[in-house]
Amino acid sequence: MSDQTTPDTGHNPLRAFVQKPWLWAYLAAGITFVATSLLAGSGAGSLLYAALTFASFSAIVGIGQMLVITLGPGNIDLSVPATMTLAATLALKFMDTQTALILPGLLVAIGIGIGCGIVNFALILILRIPPIIATLSASFLYQSLAIWSNRGLRIKPPEPLAEFASGGTLGVPNVALVGIALAVCAWLLLERAIAGRWISAIGQNLRAARLSGVPVNAVRFGIYVNSAVCAALAGFLLASFSGGANLNMGTEYMLMSIAVVVIGGSSIGGGNSNVPGIWGAALFMFLIVSMLNSYGLGAGIRLILTGLVIVGVVTLASRKGYSA
Amino acid sequence: MKTDENTGPGATAAPVVSLEQAHLSYGPVLALRGATLSISAGECVGLVGHNGAGKSTLANVINGRLTQTQGAVHHRNADPALRNSQNAQNAGIRSVFQELSLCPNLTVLENLRIPYRNMPRKGWRRVARQKMLDALDLVFPGHGIHARATVGNLTIAERQMVEIAIAFADRDREPSLVILDEPTSSLDAAIAQQLLDHIKRFCAKGGAVLFISHMMGEIFEVSTRIIVMKDGQIVDDQPASQFTRASIVDAMGHVAPDEDTSGAGRADRTLGAEVVRAANGLNARAGEIVGLAGLAGHGQAEALAQIYFDHAPKWKSARQPEVVFVAGDRARDGIMPLWSILRNLSLTTLSEFSRKVMVDRSSEADMVQTWKDRIGIRTDNLLNPILSLSGGNQQKVLFARALASSAPIVVMDDPMRGVDVGTKKDVYQMIQAEASQDRSFLWYSTETDEILECDRVFVFRAGQIAAELVGDEITEENILNASFQMQEA
Amino acid sequence: MTSDRLRLLLPVLSLAVLLGAVFYLQPRAMSYFGLNLLFNLAIPVALATVAQMMIIMVNDIDLSIGTFVSFCACVTATFVHDTPLLGYGILSAAVLAYAALGALIQLRGLPAIVVTLGMSFVWGGLAVLILPSPGGASPEWLKTLMNFKTPLVPIAVIAPLVVAFAVHLLIKRSWVGVVLQGVGGNERAMERAGWSVVRLRASAYGLAGLFGVLAGMCLVGLTTAADANIALRYTLLSIAGVILGGGEFVGGRVSPFGAVIGALTLTLAASFLSFLRLSPDWQIGAQGAILILVLAVRLFFVRKEVSA
Repeated sequence: MSDQTTPDTGHNPLRAFVQKPWLWAYLAAGITFVATSLLAGSGAGSLLYAALTFASFSAIVGIGQMLVITLGPGNIDLSVPATMTLAATLALKFMDTQTALILPGLLVAIGIGIGCGIVNFALILILRIPPIIATLSASFLYQSLAIWSNRGLRIKPPEPLAEFASGGTLGVPNVALVGIALAVCAWLLLERAIAGRWISAIGQNLRAARLSGVPVNAVRFGIYVNSAVCAALAGFLLASFSGGANLNMGTEYMLMSIAVVVIGGSSIGGGNSNVPGIWGAALFMFLIVSMLNSYGLGAGIRLILTGLVIVGVVTLASRKGYSA
Repeated sequence: MKTDENTGPGATAAPVVSLEQAHLSYGPVLALRGATLSISAGECVGLVGHNGAGKSTLANVINGRLTQTQGAVHHRNADPALRNSQNAQNAGIRSVFQELSLCPNLTVLENLRIPYRNMPRKGWRRVARQKMLDALDLVFPGHGIHARATVGNLTIAERQMVEIAIAFADRDREPSLVILDEPTSSLDAAIAQQLLDHIKRFCAKGGAVLFISHMMGEIFEVSTRIIVMKDGQIVDDQPASQFTRASIVDAMGHVAPDEDTSGAGRADRTLGAEVVRAANGLNARAGEIVGLAGLAGHGQAEALAQIYFDHAPKWKSARQPEVVFVAGDRARDGIMPLWSILRNLSLTTLSEFSRKVMVDRSSEADMVQTWKDRIGIRTDNLLNPILSLSGGNQQKVLFARALASSAPIVVMDDPMRGVDVGTKKDVYQMIQAEASQDRSFLWYSTETDEILECDRVFVFRAGQIAAELVGDEITEENILNASFQMQEA
Repeated sequence: MTSDRLRLLLPVLSLAVLLGAVFYLQPRAMSYFGLNLLFNLAIPVALATVAQMMIIMVNDIDLSIGTFVSFCACVTATFVHDTPLLGYGILSAAVLAYAALGALIQLRGLPAIVVTLGMSFVWGGLAVLILPSPGGASPEWLKTLMNFKTPLVPIAVIAPLVVAFAVHLLIKRSWVGVVLQGVGGNERAMERAGWSVVRLRASAYGLAGLFGVLAGMCLVGLTTAADANIALRYTLLSIAGVILGGGEFVGGRVSPFGAVIGALTLTLAASFLSFLRLSPDWQIGAQGAILILVLAVRLFFVRKEVSA
């Protein structure tokens, strides 16, 4: 992934474009899209619509996870699924299908995300627990809270919210619009804001960043909170979309959030993140599943191929001098 | 000056190792040039030189960890099919370096198992324990180290003792040449003396030792021959009896004293109030250039980092920072390897020139362009990756990163590594100019001519301030005197 | 030595405190049958924790151990039961695949966390292929072995301790274990001394694969059937168990007895909470809380040690 470190000097725009690492994620997504729509027989339009819808949940959690991974080796948020479930459960319970409470409900979800992020980072900073185990053990707590408050019931979202989550505007799913808006914000943050420079600096060299006057703790705090808020928002939308929160709704997003970061071309070594790649990878991850589906392959083969794609991408990316 | 003939092939049996015109370069930097020497059984060779004179490089070429880029290295009974490191191991060459090569999670006896590759497998613990204790008893009688203690729980001195004992330990092959790089740096006097006595015994029995030390007394006590290095070259190689302390210091060289500039601006400035004072007594006044001298690794870098961390907030970003840092160890403390020159240069001052949350990219470009011209960064495009620059130019970027800020205190951690002479002069002038505008500099340097630029100098030894020199007291001789432990015999 | 003892003391104490609490709440648990019930699934959890320990020993983390154990369970409940030769062949190949992963990670400098994450999809997929719906049957000998009535103390308690002892001999006493730990302790020193770190990392992963296979087999012996999701929780449980048992993520500091006791503690924590009549909702959360608590206590000890 060292290509991205070579800024395009303007001498050869085409070459610079081809060297963008996120291109490959879109290329792969495009190929699987064509292959699927040719085979499935169903309309390409509806396939794209479905892809955009489902990819947006992965993209939202992926953006949060990407910023965490950008902080450098060892930084990862394993509490994503639990945070999603907890936020969705509590928010839906709070709204209790009342339309008037939609906005407060959203705030509840976001507040829960902030709370989870604070707990995560407090464990990392104060108890000096490695992020993997800190977010993991905290996620146990969130999961229990969710189970306790949910009690196996499936609370429905308020009607307008469900309509919003499953509906679209100008042919684009609303959830995708949210996901794209978030991606734009993340891109602005990373590429244009001072904080983005700080994030990247910490990911490249924490010690050097500190010695250059970067407020490292504040930045790390913000990133962990942000990741939890993204997860909470994704959980909120997913529950509204699928007609209610259930306890397993977050499960697949732990692996998914990391996978989209890796396939999207962000460096696992930190310091170098890639926002457009997140969407490409999220689309690809959905499309490859539907492609294999339309080939009539079972869940087993789908999982195996997904896994091999992840391992393959990491191995190929390492060729260009990646070092842990 | 060279007296290779005395010790060359034929003088005794085949030498343990011999080098012929060995060169080693890292890119354009020549770390070792034309080294020719040989070490025979029974010799204890003392190796002295300033920091960066190439002592460690020479030692690493001898033990095969580095491969010469030109010239030849011959190990005794070498098999040309094998790599240098393998031949060095087969010849019985062992080394103890300052960076420890022990596994802290293993016990003392288990650590002997790591280099002792073909230890008998049955009852190996008993064998390892016995050999380890034998070696420790031999070198450091009365050491009090348990073979079953975990290395991570030992003191630094004890770890150093274990490492030395492993190097002398009886394994499948006898040790023929033991390279010791500053082996006594963390040992107290009595234990260091035990080591010196053992080296003498070892050499008397036909072993060879390459002994690298800054302690003149130790060098004279054990060496039969002394090699002096300077700028990657062997400048003197004679029996120890031919040297005196003064002649060694002389051969190590005054590092190009340049009377034109040194201390030029010193007298002109009036100093302000004290702006920094650390717990160890290190202090600086406004507009003062304070030097931190002494041998490398005697606590100067730690003292500087401490001052920086004490004044820099971890949670808040100050729009006008109190203190900025110029890194010398660029890879560890300074460079953002993925970034362009521009981004590297502007990192510290981002919130100074941008008024809001977003980076003000046009002020950024202006600021960086100004500094590029001012400090002379040689590049045609500031968007090129930082790693495309030479080391010296990377260093200039780090200088500019810090000096561009308005911070009243600048902390510099040996920042002139790999910088050419012309640039150095420019930077000296810039520092003098900034100091006259009431900026304070805390400047750690391993190079004497830089220390001579300072208004006041603290000489460090073993983590503490050994001397404070002011004005005319700042001479190379005084610094050397304070930093070398001149033990009188 | 003291700090190593301290490291082991902490998990032992946590286990003792929990056990005491259980006996206090439910004196009838203090019987052969009661212990067997309390530690019902301890054997596979302990084996999976040991597998994770092998990986953590070389400074990596395995996020696929849960799906791998599920996969092995599925193979055991189908192939090993129906066509033993083929079954054992598959399991051996799985161990070799693990070793190959270790070599790949070292050769290409890959982040283990992502590679094992990808592999978790692969093992999960294979498990689904083999056993799309819960089923299969345990080989008879395995069922007999798992339900063997040992005198005085039930096998669910004895077997994990035997496993811990065997692994202790392998890792802490044999020279193989010493060089494997050396990789975690100081990889560069190993390289300089002429060891092939690729081979060593492959061995550590191979051992992890072996213990994963054993965990899957034992699990089937206990449950007498398998499904593709049977052991998903083991990934998190095993990491937690190693850390609870005094292991560190970096530096090759692991303790086989500690890891097994950590696994027993987590197994018991679940039983304890059900004895407490605490609603099962809180079981997972309590496991997380126990983990945080123990790590906090450990931090307190470590700080004391440093200041002393």
